[in-house]
Amino acid sequence: MGRVVLVTGVSRDLGRRLARELADDPDVDRVIGVDIVPPRGDTAGVDFIRTDIRTPVIAKVIAKEDVDTVVHMSVIATPGGVGGRATMKELNVIGTMQLLAACQRAPGLQHLVVKSTTTVYGASSRDPAMFTEEMDPKRTPRTGYSRDAYEVEGYVRGFARRRPDVRVATLRAANIIGPGVQSPITQYFRLPMLPTVLGFDPRLQFLHVDDLMAVLRHTVFSEAGGTFNVAGDGVIMLSQASRRLGRPTLPLPAVALGSLGSALRKAGRADFSPEQVTFLTFGRGVDTTRMRTDLGFEPRHTTAEAFADFASTLAPGVQSPGRLASPDTVLAGLAHQLTRGDARG
Amino acid sequence: MGDADIIPIGTRGRPGRGNGTLRPSAAARGLAPTRKPAATSKGTPQTPERPVIEQPAVAPRETSSVSAVDRAPGGGIPVGDWLAAINQAALEVFGTDWEPRLAQFLAFLRRRVTGDYVIDEYGFDAEVTERFFMAALRPIAEKWFRIEVRGLENIPTEGGALVVSNHSGTIPVDGLMTMVTTHDRAGRFLRPLGADLVFQLPVVGGLARKGGATLACSEDAERMLRQGELVGVWPEGFKGIGKPFADRYKLQRFGRGGFVSAALRTGVPIIPLSVVGAEEIYPLVGNVPSLARLLGIPYIPITPFFPLLGPLGLVPLPSKWLLEFGEPIRTDEYDEFAADDPMLVFNVTDQVRETIQQSLYKLLMERKSVFH
Repeated sequence: MGRVVLVTGVSRDLGRRLARELADDPDVDRVIGVDIVPPRGDTAGVDFIRTDIRTPVIAKVIAKEDVDTVVHMSVIATPGGVGGRATMKELNVIGTMQLLAACQRAPGLQHLVVKSTTTVYGASSRDPAMFTEEMDPKRTPRTGYSRDAYEVEGYVRGFARRRPDVRVATLRAANIIGPGVQSPITQYFRLPMLPTVLGFDPRLQFLHVDDLMAVLRHTVFSEAGGTFNVAGDGVIMLSQASRRLGRPTLPLPAVALGSLGSALRKAGRADFSPEQVTFLTFGRGVDTTRMRTDLGFEPRHTTAEAFADFASTLAPGVQSPGRLASPDTVLAGLAHQLTRGDARG
Repeated sequence: MGDADIIPIGTRGRPGRGNGTLRPSAAARGLAPTRKPAATSKGTPQTPERPVIEQPAVAPRETSSVSAVDRAPGGGIPVGDWLAAINQAALEVFGTDWEPRLAQFLAFLRRRVTGDYVIDEYGFDAEVTERFFMAALRPIAEKWFRIEVRGLENIPTEGGALVVSNHSGTIPVDGLMTMVTTHDRAGRFLRPLGADLVFQLPVVGGLARKGGATLACSEDAERMLRQGELVGVWPEGFKGIGKPFADRYKLQRFGRGGFVSAALRTGVPIIPLSVVGAEEIYPLVGNVPSLARLLGIPYIPITPFFPLLGPLGLVPLPSKWLLEFGEPIRTDEYDEFAADDPMLVFNVTDQVRETIQQSLYKLLMERKSVFH
């Protein structure tokens, strides 16, 4: 008998894509997508149920449809689409609580997969270079997405204790990047000039969107439980990223970056939450040993490759190679002159 | 009036004096040489002296154009000669293979501007460290402090090892010098563990990571040692570099022995390093604790020259340095629970501390003078 998978948060791109891919899998009988608003775009093969996971209706759905696997994808990073921060918090935290309450009552449930984020580790000057899964953030996150994710993970751990028969896997994904991905970090890199924190050069880690889909599918069918960091190999510095994009940076003091951020948010161009600013100050790295050994997953893209794939979809920046009078063109010209002189001499 | 002193006879076909027109007077034209130039100054007349310049009515633009042609009739040194001279100078300065080397440098610059280089997970940028940081520090190490190294054979050529050193000198110059020395003499990058203050500071924190440093915490230390890096640690921390000059070469408390636990857990040898000479570069004679607390930094240094001489007081005194790497203290003989035995950790910590202190005394006895 095939699996019955319930996916939350299908109105957004990542959730919808996962639901579609699971529906195509021969081992899956049914895929039920749940969200408050109907998904835009193709959802062939996915049964969409319009319901709010903050209400007990979700329990009835799980019981009636004999769901054995729940993939929780609706922890959202920005309040942008849903209204204010209060709504976002309610969706994330209360939604998760209701969903887990429903799961606890569902005797047929066997697997729970939660998509979390490496943002739970926060970012500070006292961070270790690479976070492993058992490390706690140096400062407990107080606001925003990281706080929500931190609380969500707490409830998931509570659920895992109460239902030891259910395999619970929490995936802490690094910043998702790739062509067409809409997130605070991709919005940031789409700016023509990248504001940075003066005097700081954070280390960044990315996960390609295809690898996120692959790891979620892998985890649904895997037997591994626990918490796993998921990220592409290697790190790149923000300065390196801006050079690869050919976009100039605009170093600002952290305070100014915050106020610029709120101006940009009003203009709908980018989102600079306080946690985003600390991330752009100190950066973060996570250790992915457990992802390889315990979960048995290997991402296809390294951090640099994921970023290059994302960068290839952007318009070239002012300083991109090939542009007239970009530093690279000038240097290439110089080198050409030199080698010509060499051949002559 | 200067122009009253010289009264040339005629203008030799040049524009007339004082009449405000460009065309010379008929009399002037009559006095001109037989090889008759054009009436206007567009021709190429020769002026052996410079009487024309004093003529106030002549437009200076035209005068100068004439005289420039006159003075450099052959067009100056040919471009080819210039290039040959530059080539010769480059050969003198950079040696015979300057062209490929410059091409290499340009390729390096291109990699930098396009971001096409690799850093490790701690943010260590080996290329820029080798080409810039080391190149900048090397003359200081070799010419200013004239560092003399002993016991290089105690640094393993590969595999993890923990270098434990005394700390002194008001600002951590000794760490930088140890990094350069290990790189140049032992051929390995020393990966320093820095206090969290380093990573809070703008610019400094970024440079530290690019240079290979990471935060002094057990997670990072053990991770680096497991990866087979040569890790440097200064367990005295700010107590060591910020101690008064009167206490020089007296080792301060060695932290909580966290570095020993890291070495015990990873089974790497501990290499004691004694640095003599760093204490004298900035003799710390005073401190302003209240202001330091206000600014949130460990101390505010007052040396005989700083802040008295301003930026000049930041020039370190050219003391002669001695670095001695001691015999490695092996930790792989202890069992896996050794790191959780506080008494053992304290004992090993004391052993390392005593080794460094004894070797400091020995080196001080050998030293004839501070400066050479």
